[in-house]
Amino acid sequence: MDLPELLRLFFSGMWGTLELFFVALIGSFVLGTILAGMRVSPTPVLRIAASTYINVVRNTPLTLVMFFCAFGLPFLDIRFGASSSFNSFIYASIALTAYTACFVAETLKSGIATIPVGQAEAARAVGLTFGQTLGEVILPQAFRTVIPPLGSVIIAMLKNTSIASAFNNRELISAMRNAIELRGDLVIPILFGTALGYLLLALILGRVFDYLERKLVILR
Amino acid sequence: MVDVEKHYGDFHALKHVNLDVQHGEVVVVIGPSGSGKSTLCRTINRLETITSGTITIDGKELPAEGAELAALRSDVGMVFQSFNLFSHKTILENVTLGPIKVRKLSRAQAEEQAMTLLERVGVAHQADKYPAQLSGGQQQRVAIARALAMKPKVMLFDEPTSALDPEMINEVLDVMVELAKDGMTMVVVTHEMGFARKAANRVVFMSDGEIVEVDEPEEFFTNPKSDRAKDFLSKILTH
Repeated sequence: MDLPELLRLFFSGMWGTLELFFVALIGSFVLGTILAGMRVSPTPVLRIAASTYINVVRNTPLTLVMFFCAFGLPFLDIRFGASSSFNSFIYASIALTAYTACFVAETLKSGIATIPVGQAEAARAVGLTFGQTLGEVILPQAFRTVIPPLGSVIIAMLKNTSIASAFNNRELISAMRNAIELRGDLVIPILFGTALGYLLLALILGRVFDYLERKLVILR
Repeated sequence: MVDVEKHYGDFHALKHVNLDVQHGEVVVVIGPSGSGKSTLCRTINRLETITSGTITIDGKELPAEGAELAALRSDVGMVFQSFNLFSHKTILENVTLGPIKVRKLSRAQAEEQAMTLLERVGVAHQADKYPAQLSGGQQQRVAIARALAMKPKVMLFDEPTSALDPEMINEVLDVMVELAKDGMTMVVVTHEMGFARKAANRVVFMSDGEIVEVDEPEEFFTNPKSDRAKDFLSKILTH
């Protein structure tokens, strides 16, 4: 296998990582926001449900969460398509989303705690319902205040996509293993190349979050 | 308000409060710090719950938390001591949020109405700025416009000038006096005795969670009946 082929292998792996990353990014933001909303809701059942979920999933190793999804869901006959690789991709996305959402929710909750109580009072005084107060006033401000820690959560998730390689997924680590099998003589450059791939993605993410932080800062 | 009681743990914040505010009436609530004035004001739109008693607005009792309460609050404008403008929204968005989300106005309608109101309180030229870029007095006038945008039946003012620099107090009071002249029903908690004299129909004096005295402003300031009111007035009017 020559260099261009090796590179192609890497790029397809990188692409797989990115696909998993973006699906889990959107999923964990949606689920995390819902969980954070539930945690501050006036309804005790919702609060308890959300905190139970967070306490259980957050304290389970991601590898185990992946096992639950990759082996548990097929055992329950939950499938998403005919091809096994697509199924594996969805299982990994679900695991990553379910896991990362806990951290997104906890980060958001700490952001909600920093919003002056007068903001919610003013929103309620105007006649907004609880949901509208949360969606229009509280969460937009909470998101803005937690952009830096949220960045760390998301970078951690990017690196966590690597665990999916053990569950029949095509991504950067599986591409790397593939490459080492084919070109054992190049093992050191391949390892460095893989590290560089993650580094590059993580640095870009860091820049994006820095930009968002500057762009969305709230004056008080 | 009939027989309203409020406890914070052991602390008895409102004791047997009875108050009736007529349509178009301006009631000013004064009294020393910690006398329950603000609490009283906040119970009227249930930002503060009460332990017992009843509060009715337009014949309807305050509903429990939920959509019905939200609907009621939309008819009760509130202006806070610390303005509480939505800090991530522009001045215009602050004033249009309620009308769009609660009154279901179109954005264009809401903006037109908001600009008229901002014009009226004298901050229309700041419409695209964020709250933190405005002075306290301007922010408070925006807060009044935000409340007015809901076309409320009654306006509550919870110490609207207490967080303002002295030179900004008048610009806010002027707006409030105008409102009073236009026949808005108002409950105003304040330390501004000048406003009470100028705009109030009635002055309610509170002390230790009780309504001690209710009278017309002129009568109250020149000839207070209770010792506690005499004591309070002697302390503030000597300066």
